[in-house]
Amino acid sequence: MKTLTHLDRLEAEAIHIIREVVAEAEKPVMLYSVGKDSAVMLHLARKAFYPSPPPFPLLHVDTTWKFKAMYELRDKMARDSGMELLVYQNPEAAEKGINPFDHGALHTDMWKTEGLKQALDKYGFDAAFGGARRDEEKSRAKERIFSFRTSSHGWDPKNQRPELWNLYNARKARGESIRVFPISNWTELDIWQYIHLNDIPIVPLYFAGKRPTVERDGMLLMVDDERFPLREGEVPVERSIRFRTLGCYPLTGAVESEAKTLPEVIQETLLTTTSERQGRAIDKDAGGAGMEVKKQQGYF
Amino acid sequence: MADIDTKEAVYVTDKLIAEDIDAYLVQHEHKTMLRFITCGSVDDGKSTLIGRLLYDSKMIFEDQLDALQSDSKKVGTQGQEIDFALLVDGLAAEREQGITIDVAYRFFNTEKRKFIVADCPGHEQYTRNMVTGASTADLAVILIDARKGVLVQTRRHSYLCHLIGIRNVVLAVNKMDLVGYDQKVFDDIVAEYSEFAQSIGIESFTAMPISGFKGDNITTPSANTPWYTGPTLVEHLESVEVLSSVDADKPLRLPVQWVNRPNLDFRGFSGLIATGSVKPGDKIRVLPSGKTSTITRVVTYDGDLDEAVAGQSVTVCFEDEIDCSRGSVIAVADNPPQTADQFEATFVWMADEALVPGRAYWLKLGTQTVSATVAAPKYTVNVNTMEHMAAKTLDLNAIGVAELTTDKQVVFEPYADNRALGGFILIDKMTNATVAAGMINFSLRRSQNVHWQAVDIDRKQHAGLKNQKPAVLWFTGLSGSGKSTIANMVEKKLHRMNRHTFLLDGDNVRHGLNKDLGFTEADRIENIRRVGEVSKLMTDAGLIVITAFISPFQADREMVRSMLPDGEFIEVFIDTPLKVAEARDVKGLYKKARSGELKNFTGIDSPYEAPRNPEVRIDTTVVSPEEAADIIVNTLLGDA
Repeated sequence: MKTLTHLDRLEAEAIHIIREVVAEAEKPVMLYSVGKDSAVMLHLARKAFYPSPPPFPLLHVDTTWKFKAMYELRDKMARDSGMELLVYQNPEAAEKGINPFDHGALHTDMWKTEGLKQALDKYGFDAAFGGARRDEEKSRAKERIFSFRTSSHGWDPKNQRPELWNLYNARKARGESIRVFPISNWTELDIWQYIHLNDIPIVPLYFAGKRPTVERDGMLLMVDDERFPLREGEVPVERSIRFRTLGCYPLTGAVESEAKTLPEVIQETLLTTTSERQGRAIDKDAGGAGMEVKKQQGYF
Repeated sequence: MADIDTKEAVYVTDKLIAEDIDAYLVQHEHKTMLRFITCGSVDDGKSTLIGRLLYDSKMIFEDQLDALQSDSKKVGTQGQEIDFALLVDGLAAEREQGITIDVAYRFFNTEKRKFIVADCPGHEQYTRNMVTGASTADLAVILIDARKGVLVQTRRHSYLCHLIGIRNVVLAVNKMDLVGYDQKVFDDIVAEYSEFAQSIGIESFTAMPISGFKGDNITTPSANTPWYTGPTLVEHLESVEVLSSVDADKPLRLPVQWVNRPNLDFRGFSGLIATGSVKPGDKIRVLPSGKTSTITRVVTYDGDLDEAVAGQSVTVCFEDEIDCSRGSVIAVADNPPQTADQFEATFVWMADEALVPGRAYWLKLGTQTVSATVAAPKYTVNVNTMEHMAAKTLDLNAIGVAELTTDKQVVFEPYADNRALGGFILIDKMTNATVAAGMINFSLRRSQNVHWQAVDIDRKQHAGLKNQKPAVLWFTGLSGSGKSTIANMVEKKLHRMNRHTFLLDGDNVRHGLNKDLGFTEADRIENIRRVGEVSKLMTDAGLIVITAFISPFQADREMVRSMLPDGEFIEVFIDTPLKVAEARDVKGLYKKARSGELKNFTGIDSPYEAPRNPEVRIDTTVVSPEEAADIIVNTLLGDA
């Protein structure tokens, strides 16, 4: 008889969760950020409902500052999966010209946190799948798989519903919503290995390549388009780099690397001693509790 | 790195990653997964042990260590040394308090397995968190401080793990370094625990002397305990049999989550296999209908399977078009589970608001959701002494045994035989909070032996003869709101229109059918339940029933709604503000309630929960009783 590996069990758990939401929620949506975790989520959704396409749309809360390669893959994956792709850009942020170069933390707050709330309200989604994992960050280790949000999208860590066995309580009052994290129990290594075994398409930026870069504030930034304002004396330099996480290109630090295949990327990941989110500036705000405060405000 | 010895116990996997990543990936690909829970009191060194397991498997990264070092200096309890507890404790609030307040999940790998650790707090008020963490665990590590021995907490944690059905128990006698690695200390603790374990039915456990702080017997056998010849903690965790492989040997149970119907040519049933295995050609029976068929395909995105086993999420197809939907259970044809609607169950109460016996809650078991009521408990269990105690209700963190009644037949198995078909949660119908976890002990025989007697003249024929559609006009509102007055007018109007009606009035019913009931919360619920059942019988007889009861609780009105076919329950909210009703005070009751002479009076010292979506709402401050009666009659007949 077949012995299930850890990836078999993680996959089965995620599929079970995704199906429970579809059975119990009125209007679910899958948040899609084009990163590797999103790639795994989309793949799991396709597996959960095969041969039907997943019965919910993909939602990309766009900041207009993602890497070009991300927009290309996003549109391709939506076509291939037969799913509707909704792209939402906060009109207020667009109008005020909020950008990562001039506005720092406000950029993330307006485009992502506010943009997400606006998008969920606009379409009336009552359940949103996200790709957060418990191994990413301390406060996430305690978040439920079904994470309940008030009508103003607030999260109360002291008032979470207990989750027993694989029974999830998806009941809520009108206006309230649930964030659902089907890959809560996956680690970064599990994600990479799953992508490897299932041959899931990911953005090429995860692999090393020669790219124009500048070094700024201790981070290697990629000059992805002409909107990148070069400071005095800065000249883009071709370096062999790759990215461990993908977000807005002006906020995402690259690492110098020669890893051109997935096994090489995994090897590098396992041998480095720097945790995944370090390339992103967001966790460092507000001291040790940065992410927890962000989540109480409605960040995913 | 302060006192923590980092040189020993470096896994072989590290070398493999650098030298042959493909070989490493193949090894990792074939790892199995074990979920376990760690239980201990505040000072037993639990967080330090978990920190050590993460550290040894390279799950702490350098930047996290940097952050940890600076945190340790700010709020740490280990002086200038690294405080692993800080790494393991998550939320800001609890870091300030220095205690763990919720379940946190941690991950680490060894060469053979991936591990998920549920890190649970030890103190009594968090029984619910421990039960939550234990519910998905294959194994429990019970930590004991070698200096303190078996404590009340040890007994409590062991009892809860046993209650939730964990068969693999590790007794980790920690801080052996602080008792000089003394074998006698260890042996005495094991002997004392052994006696206790037997008394509560734990058949076996594995004891080991360890030090989380120093690393003794965690990954490598310790030179400090030559007298100990058993496995190290990690060796043991790597070799224990996981639950899903035990489940695979049981008969097939596949709770259906979702029906997959992309087109007319495909009809599949999706779910996670709870126990057993399934393959094409298998004869199956679908519960609760009892219809049988044969499996034709086991469908997945990666191609059809020859066989699928417990723990896999699949979609199966049948040879015949038989009834099967969400909530159904697909089982092996010759050994199906039972169905019943009355049970004895063990409950763990998880909400601040206590159990209200008789109140309807949602019950979710597998993929089945039904309405359920719980009787007053037979007893509760003192988790420190395991004594049975009398109780009228279940409070937060109480564990008790009580009878459970569901409004529909539930496909189940006793929890001891099958976690997936015996474990359930209760959900408050008002707040939607998960208020309890429950485990079915057995079904009550009376529910097996009471069958529906088929009758030839059914409700359709009763109604047909009267030439009307039966319904219940359920009036709700404060005392003195005008319910009885308007209900009486409605009945007169309907009577004139040749409708067959019957008015059930609150006061009148309490003179007869319900004269044994008082006004406590439980009695009020029973009052409404009986009126609901009587109303249902009358609609079965084809009547239009008009009821006039304060019926202050939303959950109880919903209970009656769920007894009736869709559309037959018409909730009429007589909306009179408290001030107005109290000013009228036709029966002088408000005066008595205000003076304290009358207890539990709705609106004064007992709440009124207004309907959220009533079919009819009458604002008596703007509509006369006569007009109100017309509106209600029009709603009823317009609908019919």
